[in-house]
Order: sequence, then C-alpha cells, then structure tokens
Amino acid sequence: MTTTSTGAVASEQNKNPLTQVDASIRHARFSDRLATGALYAISGSFVLLLIAMLSYIMYNGIEAYSGTIFSFTDEGIGNQFFNTIYLVVISLLVSVPLGIATGVYMSEYAAPGRTTDLLQMALETLSSLPSVVVGLFGYLAFVVYVGTQWNLFSGALAVSILSIPLITTTTYNALQALPKGYREGSLALAATPWETIVHVLLPACVQPIITGIMLAAGRGFGEAAALLYTAGMSTDINWNVWNLASPVCPLNPFRPGETLSLAVWASRTEGTTANAGDVAAAASAVLICLVLFFSIMSRWLGRAISRKIEGE
Amino acid sequence: MTTSTLAYRSAQTASSDIAIQSNITFNCRDVNLFYGKFQALKHINLRMERKKITALIGPSGCGKSTFLRTLNRMNDLVRGCHIEGSINLNGVDIYKEMDPLVLRRNVGMVFQQPNPFPKSIYDNVAYGPRLKGITQKKVLDEIVEKSLRQAAIWDELKDRLKKSALGLSGGQQQRLCIARALAVEPSVLLMDEATSALDPISTARIEELVNTLKNKYTVIMVTHNMQQAQRIADNTAFFYMGEMVECADTHTLFNNPEKKQTIRYVSGDFG
Repeated sequence: MTTTSTGAVASEQNKNPLTQVDASIRHARFSDRLATGALYAISGSFVLLLIAMLSYIMYNGIEAYSGTIFSFTDEGIGNQFFNTIYLVVISLLVSVPLGIATGVYMSEYAAPGRTTDLLQMALETLSSLPSVVVGLFGYLAFVVYVGTQWNLFSGALAVSILSIPLITTTTYNALQALPKGYREGSLALAATPWETIVHVLLPACVQPIITGIMLAAGRGFGEAAALLYTAGMSTDINWNVWNLASPVCPLNPFRPGETLSLAVWASRTEGTTANAGDVAAAASAVLICLVLFFSIMSRWLGRAISRKIEGE
Repeated sequence: MTTSTLAYRSAQTASSDIAIQSNITFNCRDVNLFYGKFQALKHINLRMERKKITALIGPSGCGKSTFLRTLNRMNDLVRGCHIEGSINLNGVDIYKEMDPLVLRRNVGMVFQQPNPFPKSIYDNVAYGPRLKGITQKKVLDEIVEKSLRQAAIWDELKDRLKKSALGLSGGQQQRLCIARALAVEPSVLLMDEATSALDPISTARIEELVNTLKNKYTVIMVTHNMQQAQRIADNTAFFYMGEMVECADTHTLFNNPEKKQTIRYVSGDFG
C-alpha cells in the first residue's frame, strides 16, 4: 500500500500509475469474490435442501397412493382435506377484517403515544406466542368456558390469534410505505380521511395485504399444536347430511374436525391403523400441494386485482 | 351565492371597499399560525385578486408554503397546528363559516411532487367528481375530457385513458394532477412549487397552461423561482421569516420594491 510513497523504486516510476493495481484493490477484489462465492454456496444448498425435501415428500405421497387414500372415509384423508380448507376459510373470515382494520387504525388513526406503543408491543408479543400456548388458551376460552366440545370454529379462532398480527403488520407496513402525496392529494380533492383510506390507500396496498393473507393462510394450513385441543383430532361427518345443526353435517363449524397437519402428526405418533404410514405420507404431499396452490393463486389474484385498479 | 355573500360583507365594511371586495377571492386578516409553540406565520394581511396569478416568494422556511396550505385548510391535518385571525373566501370565513370539504371543492391544490394515484388516468380525473356523487358514465366521460383539455393534455392521453397514470412522465403527471384538480370545478387553484420537480421544457408547458387558466380561475402559486414569478404572476407577495413583507404587482415588486428586505432578496443578496 505504501509502495507509491516517497521510496518508490526507479522501475515503478516509469509505469503509468493508472495501469497499476495496488494491494488494497487486490484485497478488496479477493474478499468480494470470496463473499460472492460463499453467498452462492449457502443459497444454493438451501435450494437443494428444498428440492430434496419436496421430492422426498412428493415421492412418498405418490408411493402411498391407493384407491382409498383420498376417499372421504376413515381410511382416506378426504375429510381432513375438507376440514383443512374449511378451517382456513373460517379463520380468514375472522382474521382478515380484524387484521386489516387494526392495521388501518394503527397507521391512519392512532395518535403516536403510549397507547399505540402498547398496542404495537401487544401485537409483536402475540405474533411470537408459542402456538401450543395459544392452543391451550383456545381450549380454555373457546371450548371449556363456552361449555362445548372440540370444534372447527374454536380451532379457527385459535389460528386467528396467530394470524391477526401477521395481517395487521403487513397492512400497517404497506400503508406506512405509501407516499405522503396519496393522502394529501386525496384530501385536497375534498375526500374525507375514510374515503381516502377506502378509495386510494387500501387499493394501493392490495398486493402486500394479499401477501399477508397468504402468510396467515399458510399459518392455518400448517398449524397443528394450536388445533390439538381446539379443533380436535376426530372427524365424524356424513356427506349425506346437510342440516347445519347436525353434528355430522360437513358444513357445521361447531363439530370436531381433524386437519391434514394433525392427521400427519396423529398417524405418525399414535396411528394404529394398518395404513397409518401411508396416510401420513399422502397427507404431507397433499398439504404441500395445497400450500403451493394457494400461494400461486394469491399471487396471481393480487396481480390481477392491482392491474384492474391501477390500469395496465 | 357570490353576490349575496359579498352583499353581506359589504354591509359590514366601508362602502368604498365594495369595488375592491368584488375583485378579491381570499382576504386574510392578521393570520397567525403556530406549530405547537413555534409561530410559523406572523400577522399576515393579504388580499388576492380574482382571476389573477398571485405568486408567493421567499427563502426556504419563510412560511410561504405554510400560508398556502392555510387557504385550503391542509394544515388542519397537522397535529398541534393552531390558527388565529381570519381568512375569507368571497366574504365567507373559511375557518368559522365553511365546512372544510366545501372549501376544498372550491379551492383545488397541486403539489410539488406530482402525485397521481396508482389508478388509471381516467380514474384519477374522475376521482373528485365521483366523491361529489357523480356516477353516470356519460357525465364522468364529459368531465374527464373537459378537464384534460383544460390541462392541455387531452390529445396526448385520449387513447390511453385506461392505462396507469404512474406510467406517465413527470411533466405529464403534473398536468394530469392539474386536470384532476380542475375536474372538481374549483374557483381557485393553489400550486405549491408545482414545477420545481420538473425539467425546463415541462416547466414551460405548465407555465403556459397556468397562463391560460387565469381566464377562469384564480391561481395562487408558491415558487422558489423568482424568474418564474416574473414570467407569469400578476401580483407577487414576498415572505420572510413568517411575515408577509411586501405585496405588489409583480413588476413593481421586482423593480421598485419598498422594503429593504425585498430589495435584498430580489437582487439576490440572500435566499
């Protein structure tokens, strides 16, 4: 580094300094290459791991295929498949309005101060709560206190406790990231704050909010611990009964309902039937396809909606 | 409405003022504005002429933008902001006698950064009329075309009304924002350094546009560009440290100002 200072040798004096590369540049180039290589290696190994896991699960799922595995009976996972989707739908019906409303309130209405800080802290704590604790709380609050049995609705509420903070945070962050000009522009055109939120701010946030909903749904698809004592581990439905009040009606949300992830857990730990292993493998594969399908659909939906709002 | 309110005003003021009153849109008397304890505007007295362009000039932080925002009550949204004195629009006190939404339908605003909504060009212009409750497509179509024509951008945009406004250039976006403001049919247009984010060609086009707008609208513009004020403003008010130092017709203010601070500012000694 100091070779070009006072003690420069004669041969170096003849060289044009603009064509020379000194030690500091060589060092910087070397660390740049090293870091780039390391980062490529790390991300590459994660991609490999993901591919390995996915193909293992999918392979085993396909291997486990049998005539009855997808049936809506005790041998198949059709009922669990239906329960999973139904539970996620119910939990989104609860958590999407509440989550978006809370996010809008925090971003657009709450005055900065102690109450807002407390609310923010409460949400952060809620989002990092262990799901088994949420499940226990759900059991005490939605099952024991209400004096009922395990049911899908309680399970959906328990999952909502976990997913509301996700939707709130994504809504809040999306609103905060919008340019100030949107608000001012709308208000200067004689819109009320509410009209501004409904007609300008929320439509501008459709994509991030849908991402938040997707995360929340993923939470519902994958959740097991929070559902153990809320949605329950049994499914007793009759696809010929469509009286909502009947405990065996598929659409009755106040009946017990085992989801796919619980089925995986149950058949791996306490499965007694002959095809318990197959059930676990098939349920895992179906679950992964479901999550993938949902994630692609919501991305597509988000893009389609915002294209409709923004114009092409 | 205008004549009756003016009659009401003139009954209260000296009869010799009537002639002046009818030419006045905004009449500000002893306006003080505070952000918490900080006083941003001090005893502003200013009248603005109807269907003229009034420029507000002054160094950064002098209160010219703050003053502009009191005229459509945008400062109401700032926490801890407090206003004293009276501002009348056509004889009606905008803080005591007028709903802010009525005020903002009469006083449109264009901002420093072009701020089209992330919607189609059409939906941007139709936004204000829709808020007024206009839903008929035919009526909206007419308003959109008329507003875009007034903003001298119809020919450029008429074939792409359904495209996103965010795809336009900065200058086009700003003219779209002017069209969007005009669609509400205001009588006054406030412009807050509306050309400072634009290139010289776009700036020239907007200046040209503003010049045609004064046939129908009163324009009040904040600018940090003294040449711009000289090019297009009929009257100019010089603000300094929260006070309105001097207001006169533009030629007089720049060539024959009365106050020392004005002389120093317009001759480029500071600012």
